[in-house]
Amino acid sequence: MLQGWFVVTVSFAYIGLLFAVAWFADRRAAQGRSIISNAWVYSLSLAVYATAWTFYGSVGRAATDGVGFLPTYLGATLTMLLGWFVLRKMVRITRLNRITSLADFVASRYGKSALIGGVVTVIAVIGILPYISLQLKAVSTSFQILLGYPAIAMPAKAGSLEVMQDTAFYVALFMALFAIAFGTRQLDAAERHEGMVAAIAFESLVKLVAFLGVGVYVAFFMYDGLGDIFARAAGRPDLEVLMAPLGGAAGSYANWVWLTILSMFAIIFLPRQFQVAVIENTDERHLKRAAWLFPLYMLAINVFVLPIAFGGALHFPAGEVDADTFVLTLPMAQKAEGVALLVFIGGLSAATGMVIVETIALSTMICNDLVMPLLLRIRAFRLTEMRDLSSLLLDIRRAAIIALLMGGYFYYLLAGEAYALVSIGLISFAAAAQFAPAVIGGLYWRGGTRTGALAGLCAGFAVWAYTLLLPAFAKSGWLGVEFVERGPFGIELLRPTQLFGLAGLDQITHAMIWSMIANVGAYLVGSVIRRQSAAEHVQATLFVDVYQQTGEPGSSWRGATSASALQTLVGRFLGPARAVELFTAYARLRGAKSVDELEGDRDLVRFAELQLAGTIGAASARTMVATVAQEEPLGLEEVMTIIDEASQVIAYSHRLEEQQQELEAATQELKAANERLKELDRLKDDFISTVTHELRTPLTSIRAFSEILHDNPDLDPAERQRFLGLVIRESERLTRLINQVLDLAKIESGLAEWRTAELDLREIALEAVNATSAIFKSRGVTVETRLAPRVPLVLADRDRLMQVLLNLLSNAAKFCTPGTGRVVVRLEADGGAVRVDVQDNGVGISRENQALIFEKFRQVGDTLTDKPSGTGLGLAICRRIVGHFGGRLWVESEPGRGSVFSFDLPVAAGARGAERLVANA
Amino acid sequence: MARRVLIAEDEPSILASLEFLMRKAGHETRSAADGEEALGLVATFRPHLAILDIMLPRRSGLELCRIIRADPSLAGTRVLMLTAKGGSRDIDRGVEAGADDYVTKPFATQDLVARVQALLADPFLRPALDARRGEGA
Amino acid sequence: MRKPSLRAYRIVSLFLLGCLLFNYPVLAVFNVGATAAGIPVLYVYLFVAWGLLIALAAAIIEGGS
Repeated sequence: MLQGWFVVTVSFAYIGLLFAVAWFADRRAAQGRSIISNAWVYSLSLAVYATAWTFYGSVGRAATDGVGFLPTYLGATLTMLLGWFVLRKMVRITRLNRITSLADFVASRYGKSALIGGVVTVIAVIGILPYISLQLKAVSTSFQILLGYPAIAMPAKAGSLEVMQDTAFYVALFMALFAIAFGTRQLDAAERHEGMVAAIAFESLVKLVAFLGVGVYVAFFMYDGLGDIFARAAGRPDLEVLMAPLGGAAGSYANWVWLTILSMFAIIFLPRQFQVAVIENTDERHLKRAAWLFPLYMLAINVFVLPIAFGGALHFPAGEVDADTFVLTLPMAQKAEGVALLVFIGGLSAATGMVIVETIALSTMICNDLVMPLLLRIRAFRLTEMRDLSSLLLDIRRAAIIALLMGGYFYYLLAGEAYALVSIGLISFAAAAQFAPAVIGGLYWRGGTRTGALAGLCAGFAVWAYTLLLPAFAKSGWLGVEFVERGPFGIELLRPTQLFGLAGLDQITHAMIWSMIANVGAYLVGSVIRRQSAAEHVQATLFVDVYQQTGEPGSSWRGATSASALQTLVGRFLGPARAVELFTAYARLRGAKSVDELEGDRDLVRFAELQLAGTIGAASARTMVATVAQEEPLGLEEVMTIIDEASQVIAYSHRLEEQQQELEAATQELKAANERLKELDRLKDDFISTVTHELRTPLTSIRAFSEILHDNPDLDPAERQRFLGLVIRESERLTRLINQVLDLAKIESGLAEWRTAELDLREIALEAVNATSAIFKSRGVTVETRLAPRVPLVLADRDRLMQVLLNLLSNAAKFCTPGTGRVVVRLEADGGAVRVDVQDNGVGISRENQALIFEKFRQVGDTLTDKPSGTGLGLAICRRIVGHFGGRLWVESEPGRGSVFSFDLPVAAGARGAERLVANA
Repeated sequence: MARRVLIAEDEPSILASLEFLMRKAGHETRSAADGEEALGLVATFRPHLAILDIMLPRRSGLELCRIIRADPSLAGTRVLMLTAKGGSRDIDRGVEAGADDYVTKPFATQDLVARVQALLADPFLRPALDARRGEGA
Repeated sequence: MRKPSLRAYRIVSLFLLGCLLFNYPVLAVFNVGATAAGIPVLYVYLFVAWGLLIALAAAIIEGGS
């Protein structure tokens, strides 16, 4: 069943099945019941990463390097783990800005620069061509081998046949047709291809089943399980080496690491990966499932690679069969025709999947970022006056797809035979990695500029071409070999594979090191030597701060235009019918009955720009909309002016927005501050009214007695003396009150001066007791001190602390019964603090009053007998002083049994050691 | 003519000055340092005039004023409020409670004495209180 | 900015763990000629570590969501 006609028939039947899947998906999408909006389908579509390289080439690589094929998948696994962070940001940006490709993404980031878009496109096309040629090589080789059945013969060398007889040529042609049929049937404003994604996911399943099938067949039917294969291989010295190949002849750890890094980049920056992972993503949440499901897929498809490689090497005599074909030739050698056919279909799946997505992605880039900007800028084409450009756009893409596959074919002719599959693929990986600095830098560093990106891309690409592409050409005989071996003009230092004498690495690692140094270096230098333009700054902010944005980016168009003009413009690129559809829907959304009712305001212009951006890219869309909004024939000068002005406006409006936000924040703060002020004002009113009350009391007495003394000159001397005494006492009270109010105000407003020093509380306590001894004696109260002999120093203001102690001592004296009164002052270190207690055996304070006494103007005393002569501010001030130095002041008391006023102060940092010494002593 | 004047004031020095002024004007005085004490004296001393500080401990001057006004047997007692804050709100509350007049601290002694004399010269004061007193005696 | 969640920290840690597992010198430990159950140790190690990473990722991402 492996005759040529049968294989071809099955192949076409399979392709037909793919079309059916795509058609079904498109139909479901049109009904609004997307089948690709599903995390499983999304994860499977990412498996377009596994191409014919994986399918055939991994085994080839394993046959020479052992596990050396794995970094390609391990790196991708690591990146996927971070997918929720990196990829999600790219998906969000892409959705908000209607980005259509990798080139569009980079161009958009750096100020919608058409130049950058073009450069990215050129790099991508040149870089990916080898990769496309790899697929062609794989499919045509596998087809020819299959045709040779039952013999197992390696096909003729590429280029040895006439083009018209070369299978690879027809494979390229057919693949171009598939890609055209899949990707360019219609223009979509979002540049999404539901049918294509569904077909890719299906293909991923097929190639997985096929590879696992052949793996199981080789491991368990040809051999007696994995153990059997490895046991036999261990008997062959050439294979035994491959079981622990690292650090040996097959590859250094440096190579391993660089290959891992390379694939970490490739999984995002290969155009097809960007297409399926970012552009075709329908829901950010799918990234979560893909983060582990896609790595699991890669693990599964790689499990049997080494066993198949060893199985092949054991089965075929050395050098007779290319290891890249073991997957196919092993079942053929066993006459397992069904398995062989399954393998061929699996390989076809892997290759077509890659080619379709890659060429569609590249053709979009070529059309939007290379051809259209050029066409629109060349007046001779009068493109700006054409009525309907949608078919032109499609034609450009179709032509691009054909050109890409033909390019791939010619690269195959040129260099295809010189390298194994994997080496060809890695050259493309290294090219894709050149996008990493510009994209990752652009995602996270606002300062990355257009100049930097341009410099980095060009430098990296140049080094890539010099160190990888030229040697590939040389190896294929297209360039002189001396160029590689001796260096250009015989300068050994410039040998492409040992640049500046860097030897001992494999070619890819060598190229990666130099190209990344050049790329990152140029990006950084370019970004810092020139300032960003306003437009760049706006785009940079849009990208880096994408999570802070709520809706779509704001419109920047100043000039108003008519709705019909915009509709006509969009119609020229998307087709008139589609434009009518879009504008009618938009009108309905805005609550207008018809398109004519719509005003051509900036929102509508922005809407039109976004639709166009989805089709022709951001840079071109801006140019096109500018022609309508200004109603002027297009000239490059005008366009540049408009773009410049528009950018200024964006920058300006962006600044305005920022300012508005700042203003809002400030308003909020002011409101809060006002509330606080109101509250403070209320407190201040309370305070003032209390203070006035307290001031009025002594004032009243003073005034009353002064008047009495004045009006009654004939008072008897004793009474006169008594009244004068009262006046003096009340005057003192008034003075004290005023002083304390001022003191408290100073402390509360932070204006008080503190002279902080390390103090010995013991010494201060003794001095305070001495100072108050007269008061105690006069009241008949005894004082006793129980002070710890040594306590750690505390940080405080000496005078203030003295004030606290004097206050507590005089309070104690005041509330003790004369005669039996007894006051005890205690001082001790207490953990990280030093504590002072002043205990009296006076009247005590009831529980409810214990909290009140520390408030301003709260005095508690036995009013039946005597009013306390204090001001009611002393304890409030004390508490603030202690609090200022990080301590607490509190009271413990029971009515009738006296009170203990205590405060503590934290030990000064420098004194902690001393404290420990004391504790140990 | 000598009258009975009750002075309720918690600030001893102010109390002393009021006592002196009232005695100087020829009145008989009793003093209280808080609301409870004043209430007891109202019942036993039956003053013609009560000078009440508005912020007394235990029972405020306002409360005392209300009690006096609620007692028909004390219909002839005049009430003079002493207020420290001088805010119109305090005065309103005093008038509401039934005070006949008020004086703000710090006061001018002559003004205070004049107000006291005016209140005690009220023609309706004498018959009512004296009659009762006569009955009780 | 939103505060990164615990899950975010776990995933980043997993990424770093992966970088460690698939790198020198850990690889060198397993780069020996020995076999486990007849299968080369390096081969077994790579796939087991890889599988472990995937399982942990699945547990972190899908668990409790």
